[in-house]
Amino acid sequence: MSLWEFIATYWPDFLKGTGVTAAQFILATMLAIGIALVAGLMKLSRNAVVRGVSVTYIEIFRGTSLLVQLYWIFFVLPLFGVTLDKFTAGFVAVGMNLGAYGAELVRGGIQSVPKGQWEAAYALSMSPAKRMWRIILPQALVNMLPPWGNLLIELLKNTALVSLISVTDLMFVAKQINGSTFLSAQAFGLALIVYYVFARFIVTPFMRWLEGVMRRKLGRA
Amino acid sequence: MGFHWKWDFTWEILPRLLEATLNTLIAAGAGYAIAIVLGLVLALAQRTPYRALTFVVREFVEFIRSTPLILQIFFVFYVGPQFGVRMSPWTSGMIAIGLHYSAYLSEVYRGGLNSVGKGQWEACTALNMSPRQAYTRIIIPQAVPPALAGMGNYLVGIFKDTPMLSVIGVAELMHTANAIGSESYRFLEPYTLVGVIFLAISLPAAGFIRVFETYVRRKLGLK
Repeated sequence: MSLWEFIATYWPDFLKGTGVTAAQFILATMLAIGIALVAGLMKLSRNAVVRGVSVTYIEIFRGTSLLVQLYWIFFVLPLFGVTLDKFTAGFVAVGMNLGAYGAELVRGGIQSVPKGQWEAAYALSMSPAKRMWRIILPQALVNMLPPWGNLLIELLKNTALVSLISVTDLMFVAKQINGSTFLSAQAFGLALIVYYVFARFIVTPFMRWLEGVMRRKLGRA
Repeated sequence: MGFHWKWDFTWEILPRLLEATLNTLIAAGAGYAIAIVLGLVLALAQRTPYRALTFVVREFVEFIRSTPLILQIFFVFYVGPQFGVRMSPWTSGMIAIGLHYSAYLSEVYRGGLNSVGKGQWEACTALNMSPRQAYTRIIIPQAVPPALAGMGNYLVGIFKDTPMLSVIGVAELMHTANAIGSESYRFLEPYTLVGVIFLAISLPAAGFIRVFETYVRRKLGLK
């Protein structure tokens, strides 16, 4: 079977798989951003307990494999009475894992904002919440967007692991087609290309665009 | 609810898991050894004056870095037999993980090599050194310290990615935990222990790498 015949036969399956991968990617990204923001801010807290919680979270999720976390969430968590269906378990594991990495970026981004900005906000008698939200975070965001671009590529690649708990994403579809046709080069090769296009021509340009928008908004273009 | 930690079961499976941990460490070490050498080749290939070669290698690195490792592992494992090349899970696993991380390490090396000032190259030319001498005596020794942090991170990274090898049947930690789980229908202990073992190795390793980095920097007289 030639490559074109292969694509003509199986494109609907690949399209469905890509849709599931895209959904996993978007949901996991939203979760990761939320967790990163909370854990990153908590790590900068003056309260040792709050800081400790955040450090523990970050170290556990960065110190073990995503695959271990995924299996743990899917197979062990039900024993504690928390049963997630496979789709939810998939993006929750990926989001929690990447959120821990993102928390370090948030912390670094906030610390990179010059001290004068903090002092100026204080001098204008802004409340701490307002100071963070209006002055510090927007500048931190511009500084941390480039590494977030890399992190989102990592996140996209990591969503492929959810196929191991039978979420029918792109990776799962490729494996299934490989299993029934034994056309490994075509099945896995096509999936590799779809991931590549997704990362290189959708995620990366979007992040570049976002960086540009944010810089212009802060008058740094 | 089945939440009940059994200590006797834990002690029973711990030796098996520790044995598998050794395989995990071997896999990480072998994969890293491949990546370190191949990464240098990929980095140096991008510095040659041949435009076509530079372009192809650049795109290859980008491709490897933007696609999932798990898919690459499957690709290497299954595509060989389709064309009559049979490889053991270990061989294809090492090729896949080594190749994947060589792309990452080549970026680390590239950053290190680019951080060496232009004046150093000019000085090499002035001293009439061959490119080979310039690289081995002047450029690479200075490129190593800035690259060390990245190299260390990827060593821990490769260690944490070895569980993916379980999908093609490499008998490492995750594979053993899966086997125990399906034999005994108990997932709590094996999966939790795997997590603990990973933490127990990766946290001290990360700390050790920081210490090693400062040591090398001091040895080379950089702060």
